[in-house]
Amino acid sequence: MYWRSRLARLIELTDIRFSYPGHSPVLNGAALTVSAGGRVCISGYNGAGKSTMLKLIVGLLRPDSGRTLAFGKERVREEDFHEVRCQAGFVFQDPDDQLFCPTVAEDIAFGPLNLGKSKDEARAIVNRVLDQLDLAYLRDRITYKLLGGEKRLVSLTSVLAMDPQVLLLDEPTNALDERNEARLREILKDLPQAMVIVSHDADFRENLGTRALHMTGGVLQPIA
Amino acid sequence: MGHILSADQRQLSGPEPEVVSSLLETLDPRSRIMAAAVFSIAVVSLDKLTALVAALVVSLLALSLIRLAWRNTLHRMAAMDGFIIFMLVLLPFTVPGESIFQVFGFGVSLEGILKAVMIGLKANAVILMLMVLVGTMEPVALGHGFYRLKVPETLVHLLMFTVRYIAVLHQEYGRMRAAMKARGFRLTNRMHTYRSLGYLVGMMLVRSVDRSEHIFAAMRCRGFNGTIHLVDDPRFCRADCVFAALALGVVLLLFVLEVAPGAAY
Repeated sequence: MYWRSRLARLIELTDIRFSYPGHSPVLNGAALTVSAGGRVCISGYNGAGKSTMLKLIVGLLRPDSGRTLAFGKERVREEDFHEVRCQAGFVFQDPDDQLFCPTVAEDIAFGPLNLGKSKDEARAIVNRVLDQLDLAYLRDRITYKLLGGEKRLVSLTSVLAMDPQVLLLDEPTNALDERNEARLREILKDLPQAMVIVSHDADFRENLGTRALHMTGGVLQPIA
Repeated sequence: MGHILSADQRQLSGPEPEVVSSLLETLDPRSRIMAAAVFSIAVVSLDKLTALVAALVVSLLALSLIRLAWRNTLHRMAAMDGFIIFMLVLLPFTVPGESIFQVFGFGVSLEGILKAVMIGLKANAVILMLMVLVGTMEPVALGHGFYRLKVPETLVHLLMFTVRYIAVLHQEYGRMRAAMKARGFRLTNRMHTYRSLGYLVGMMLVRSVDRSEHIFAAMRCRGFNGTIHLVDDPRFCRADCVFAALALGVVLLLFVLEVAPGAAY
């Protein structure tokens, strides 16, 4: 059925053009489709526009031109993108940007509370996602004092707590040691969500991705 | 407070270099600071309405000469006036004197009204002159000026570090705010909103302390031993002499108006 095929396509960006004020264009007609269950990996040089693309998906940046379809609707205004952000979990490049509450439990509860969940519901969600990722021992730790790898895993957990349909991961293996990277890889592999993964790590991309794209000249091109 | 100002407001001076403002630029920061200080002290010590009106006119004249954007400047003045407005409104009721009319049964004294008008004039004249002379200065030049004027070194360095790192903190704030948005946060009138904003501010403080320790460590690695040497060349030139004479002349004129015989006010 038509609507089904539309829904299976969770996110569809077409002909996106974008430039930061006072700079030459970063994106020149880039397009990206994310289907349910798919894991799209994006590679590209520093400053090629990979992170910009992720921010455009959730409306933290707005394109100069182009269409953004997400979860079956065209998204234009801030209000539209608020809905997108509640369904697409963005894991930031620097976990420190994301973890701002004093304790791990509070930070994970932040998203569910934004979704309008009650305190008790939020508490239950916190316990569930922490158990799911085997991180229950971090529950009452101070976010600020977590180790690098732990911060990354907690920031992923805090996004998963919102039960998103899509995960947007910006350099998830940044500054992770081998053990933590392997752990993250296992966790991501087991998750049912569709993903957009921006990564410099070719090994990581190969291992996880179902589709590989390369950002160059402001457009996304498939890699054979 | 950088986030309150939009990008074009950060520095007070307008986009294109005006003749007079570039003249102002050639002055030594010290003469600008000193002129503003002397003018402020003089205006505060004035007691006659005519002299105070003249002072405000001088400030307005200076403002029109350097062609600051009127709207932004007046906007800032309004912000300052907002602080003192309640005191000004209350003064006529609280200052003892002969009551000239009544509001809700409370007597309004002429002395009180005069006092309020004077304070209003003084505050606005001083603030305006500060904005013209000091507010248009590069913050770094201001720091150098203070340093040469023998302001305690600690205070000068505090100013310089603030100038340097306020943008960094602002960026950090922006990134955290974006991350909050990405998790569906928006401002509502709920406890959750207030608590989250509290966490945001708290985390900024914690990070700032942490960052300052990193910076301190990096400074020590480069041989920092407690003194920072500012590199600039003081250049008190002829323009400064003319400017100083002009400033002194204006202040003298104000005092002449103050002591001149005439109305008691």
